[in-house]
Amino acid sequence: MWEYTEKVQEHFINPKNVGEIEGADGVGNVGSIACGDALRLTIKVDENKVITDAKFKTFGCASAIASSSVLTEMLKGMKLEEAKKLTNDDIAKALGGLPKEKMHCSVMGREALEAAIADYTGTILPMAQGEIVCECFGVTDLEVIRAIRENQLKSVEEITNYTKAGGGCGKCEKRLSQILTETVDDLPAQIKGVKKEKRMTSLEKIKKIEEVIEREIKPTLKKDGGDIRLIDVDGNFVTVSLLGACAGCHSSRTTLKDYVEKKLREQVLDSLVVEEDR
Amino acid sequence: MTDTTSKVIYMDNNATTRIAPEVLEAMMPYLTDLYGNPSSMHSFGGRVAPAIHAARQAIADLIGAEPEEIVFTSSGTESDSTAILSALQTYPEKNHVVTTRVEHPAVKNLCDNLDIFTGRKYHITRLHVNGDGTLDLQKYQDSLTDETAIVSAMWANNETGVIFPVEEMAQMANDRGILFHTDAVQAVGKIPIDLSSSAINFLSISGHKLHAPKGVGVLYIRKGTPFVPFLNGGHQEHGRRGGTENVASIVGLGKACQLAAAAMTEENTRVRALRDKLETGLLTTIPKALLNGHKELRLPNTANISFEYVEGEAILLHMNQHNICASSGSACTSGSLEPSHVLRAMGVPFTAAHGSIRYSLSIYNSEEEIDYVLATMPDIIAKLRAMSPFWEENS
Repeated sequence: MWEYTEKVQEHFINPKNVGEIEGADGVGNVGSIACGDALRLTIKVDENKVITDAKFKTFGCASAIASSSVLTEMLKGMKLEEAKKLTNDDIAKALGGLPKEKMHCSVMGREALEAAIADYTGTILPMAQGEIVCECFGVTDLEVIRAIRENQLKSVEEITNYTKAGGGCGKCEKRLSQILTETVDDLPAQIKGVKKEKRMTSLEKIKKIEEVIEREIKPTLKKDGGDIRLIDVDGNFVTVSLLGACAGCHSSRTTLKDYVEKKLREQVLDSLVVEEDR
Repeated sequence: MTDTTSKVIYMDNNATTRIAPEVLEAMMPYLTDLYGNPSSMHSFGGRVAPAIHAARQAIADLIGAEPEEIVFTSSGTESDSTAILSALQTYPEKNHVVTTRVEHPAVKNLCDNLDIFTGRKYHITRLHVNGDGTLDLQKYQDSLTDETAIVSAMWANNETGVIFPVEEMAQMANDRGILFHTDAVQAVGKIPIDLSSSAINFLSISGHKLHAPKGVGVLYIRKGTPFVPFLNGGHQEHGRRGGTENVASIVGLGKACQLAAAAMTEENTRVRALRDKLETGLLTTIPKALLNGHKELRLPNTANISFEYVEGEAILLHMNQHNICASSGSACTSGSLEPSHVLRAMGVPFTAAHGSIRYSLSIYNSEEEIDYVLATMPDIIAKLRAMSPFWEENS
């Protein structure tokens, strides 16, 4: 069972502002029934460019309904200019947080808001103009890049949690990984979290990674009958192969992220991203 | 009417079951005073051996097997892995496995990753199912080749309860010299099973699905079936599965099998009637509700129903507010982003797959509980549909 905050449960059981505003000034439709969640947001805007009313209709899980409900509460009385600045993180925070696998619900809320504002102002949504990367969930590269930038995402798994991209057939994983590399490389150092004093040559970095794997990671995995091999280091991307009991293990993803990546970030460079070789 | 608000109404018995009070009682001595190791050379340890012997007999009796054909394991999953990997080692020259698209993850994920586990390349045929979840036997027969080492097909589906004709399938496989395994964790204890004249080579049982504790399972290995152990170690289970016996749980499983044999008629009459009442009630009182799975070829306890245009996790959490426990095949309940592979294999449309709820009953359910659920569900669905953007245009 998901661990939902009280706020999420409250907004799920007794959602606020359910429905559709008749003669709405802006309508935002996002998601689809195939994707498993969808949201229709309607807003009323007065002559002072203030949102006076907001209503929603949502098909989706508890966090999708709660995200929609809390969003409409936040919007009422908000200036349009401020509403434009709302991010998915603001929605998640208003709910006291969401399980990481459910972050895409807050992203859906934000996208519906953008769509509704675009409808009101008569502009075209920039995000929809991107190139579709994930066919399964219809996610564009621009949406992925923005999610990476705004939420400092560091892996394909996190991209999936936030945008759903890569959560279907998985064919786009390579492309997502590529977008991630390009986007992370473009980010200023303080966002990437690179510590200046740790600047080292590629060779030094690879050597250090090897050393930590041999000295610490391998012995720990071996205790559980597993093993690990370093396949490649490309920039900050470290590709490894999990062997023995780790191979095909259901928790190998957790091992990879919560243990291997954490160790390497602690001891080598905290912007390293560890991926499994497939 | 009893206070249903504080009592849990448990309709998730395909996920796990309560331990029967009689089972717990039978286990207690082996969790307290009789803690000996049956392999020991002293009579204190030796005192537990007859209990294991009796449990083995009780399990064999329930499924029409011989006690020597029963091997205790830790779970249904271990039994599945043991059977399939054993067959592959028995026939190293064969490189083909036949299974279905609707198997439990214990079989599905193993078959998906056989290359990793065995270090060899396997060709896997995953049989499609019909819209009602049944198999096309002709297509099954056509899929068998000289290269096929093993077929693994479940006896009854955990999500829909749909039953496969595994006895017939096993015969077809055996006729071509192919081993046959069935994951029967949902079938054993719910429908009569008689392996005495069957061609099934391997059959998996899980204790906690039939009111025994979690952490104990059985692999039935038909006499004469070539076998390579999965867990090597001591001489337990005649060298077929190492590891000191989980004595108390084995005793519990034996007791549970006795109880299941005694309740078999009740399961297929009273429980079936409760299920039918629940199902008919939901399908008639709630518009756009659909049954998933074949109406007849099905376990007596399972009803899988889709409520169109609403999402399963949201339904479950509202049910939870009323202390009703069930499951869903929706994407959101699994943590994955796609709905149940079983419903997708059946071609259930997305409008319905996301809103599927599985009610799985047991002999501990009462008619009063069914009435309560029938009285509660329409409001839940109506409330969620009122906020679904797809409802108005499709109702």
